[in-house]
Amino acid sequence: MSILVLGLNHKTASVEIREKIAFSGNKLEDGIVRLRNLPEIDEIALLSTCNRVEIYASAKDTNNSSEIIKDFISNYHSIKREEFEKALYYFNNSDAIRHIFRVASSLDSMIIGEPQILGQLKDAFDFALNKKTTGVILNRLMKKAISTAKRVRTETRIAENAVSISFAAVELAKKIFKELSGKSFMLLGAGEMAELAARHLVTNGVKDVKVANRTYERGCELAKDFNGRAVRFEDFLKELVSTDIVICSTGASEYVLKKEHMYKIMKERRYSPVFLTDISVPRNLYPNINDLDNVYLYNIDDLQEVVDTNLLERKKEAEKAEKIIDEEVERFIKWTSSLNSVPLIISIRQKAETVKEEELEKFKHKFPDLDKEKLAAIEQLATAITNKLIHSPTVALKENSEDMELLAITVKKLYGLNGEEEGG
Amino acid sequence: MEIVTFKLALILYFAATIVGLIEIFKESKGLSRLILILAACGFVLHTLNIIIRYLAAGYLPITGMHQATSFFAWCIIVIFFIFAYRYKIGIIGAFILPIVFLLMLSSSTFPREIIPLPPVLQSYWFDIHIVLAFIGNAAFAIASGIGVMYLLQEHYLKRKRLSGLFQRLPNLQILDEINYRLITLGFPLLTLAIITGALWAESAWGAYWRWDPKEVWSLITWIIYALVLHLRITKGWRGKKAAIISIIGFLSILFTFFGVNLLLNSLHSFN
Repeated sequence: MSILVLGLNHKTASVEIREKIAFSGNKLEDGIVRLRNLPEIDEIALLSTCNRVEIYASAKDTNNSSEIIKDFISNYHSIKREEFEKALYYFNNSDAIRHIFRVASSLDSMIIGEPQILGQLKDAFDFALNKKTTGVILNRLMKKAISTAKRVRTETRIAENAVSISFAAVELAKKIFKELSGKSFMLLGAGEMAELAARHLVTNGVKDVKVANRTYERGCELAKDFNGRAVRFEDFLKELVSTDIVICSTGASEYVLKKEHMYKIMKERRYSPVFLTDISVPRNLYPNINDLDNVYLYNIDDLQEVVDTNLLERKKEAEKAEKIIDEEVERFIKWTSSLNSVPLIISIRQKAETVKEEELEKFKHKFPDLDKEKLAAIEQLATAITNKLIHSPTVALKENSEDMELLAITVKKLYGLNGEEEGG
Repeated sequence: MEIVTFKLALILYFAATIVGLIEIFKESKGLSRLILILAACGFVLHTLNIIIRYLAAGYLPITGMHQATSFFAWCIIVIFFIFAYRYKIGIIGAFILPIVFLLMLSSSTFPREIIPLPPVLQSYWFDIHIVLAFIGNAAFAIASGIGVMYLLQEHYLKRKRLSGLFQRLPNLQILDEINYRLITLGFPLLTLAIITGALWAESAWGAYWRWDPKEVWSLITWIIYALVLHLRITKGWRGKKAAIISIIGFLSILFTFFGVNLLLNSLHSFN
């Protein structure tokens, strides 16, 4: 009984292939049931997102099963095997476990540490659980994948820092201000990225929102969106006096705010700190504004640099995460091999039982006129001896020691169990 | 027993300082807790040491350079714990414990014999005067540590160096707020200390104010902090400026404490 993973993702397959292989909509339910009914496959789960399609299975013969699954994919999606086979990756046993743990911990994601994948994986397994296509092995594997992902999240800083420009702006604001809820925010001009950053600020608690746009009507529309108010573009300097956070993206070809303006504004604000982000190209806020006390001006390159360093940081953290995953994989393998030891223990017991019975029979033949009491005492003696003899190997097998496989082989040899395959 | 508790406290503060420096200079997460634990252990022993000395001497062990410096360090730890707990910012420890450790280290270099209290100091006014002065100065000591944190964080934000320590330091606004809180705590205490000192001086020496070097330097310190508060309220001098002045203020305190006692001839010299 082993685990296998068969799949493809954004790194191995182009979107054309991914969309052909995807199990979306009704295909998910239909696909998983059919997969479960394939011969040789004991348990199955299916993950299908825009970045990856992966099939997790527990089967006796993983190599054989993977071929069966490949044929199934080819038939089911009416696509030739050659078309997708190159993009496929296949793992079994410990590699399969490691892969699932890495996916859950977001180490295999396009943006390392992004949190959605864990939710998608959970959904995929919940779905499989509902359709009753999983069993002991995959259920346990999923639980461990989730707990591993959580360990990675708490013990490393893999998901700590912003990796998009709009989030980076929010993160910086939080390093300047204690709470964003009491702060006043102005969107100067509008642009897709500026709007996105504004939305993040609002979800992070900013309530007082002003929109100053060249076309006042567009400003009004946007302001409605954020539960804020529109101000005339000409008035934005006046408004700055009571504004703590500014995101600027006007599309103007010249600077709209210069140091001398800001100097006066700061005096009027009594030097209360201001965070200015200028994500317009060409820039709209004069760079030397940053020299003023309590003014923090970031342009789009500064923010991009934040994102880049954070990405680098995540890669460093990913190395720590791999170690955690190694540990968890090892633990899981121990658990699976302890499952393997159960049938072995049973066969030792059976063997002991047969030996005892045989020898007692022989004994009875030799001494046919022994009285019942003595016979019973001898039977007890035989039981006690066999039990004592198989006690310590049983304990050893139950203990999940590190070299389980070696132990199993040794035990089989010592007890002459080689003919009996462990079942189940 | 007395010396053992002192030495152990010193060692624990030293350990906390080292961990603090590691937290500041190396990439590491979760060291703040260790600093707090080490500091707390040191604090327990330190308190024990003060109690033992109190029982042996029969008066508050705050006279003499050894005891005074040790008591000053003790006051800083107390106020540090209150603020670290109140604001849940453990990394403050990395900036405060070095101050505590250095004070304890210098305390250990002064003679440690317990001597009978000179009659002139046998007064409740004296105890109140000293305790107020030390608690007030302890608040200023922490304000200077917070000031250093502010300046660092400000520097990182201005220069856009946003990894490492930047990630571990809290936001500017909270640092400025704590700095302000500490100064508004320390200032009235220092004021009261000067007033009670004057009252006691009148009863001991017959004059409220004698332009003794210590008195002059205390006045200078008082003026510095009065200025911080005044400029903040009237001109909005906050953040960086407040941080810098609070550091200057603490340097002035250190000079009042060590410089005046050791370099200048003062009635206040503790010996």
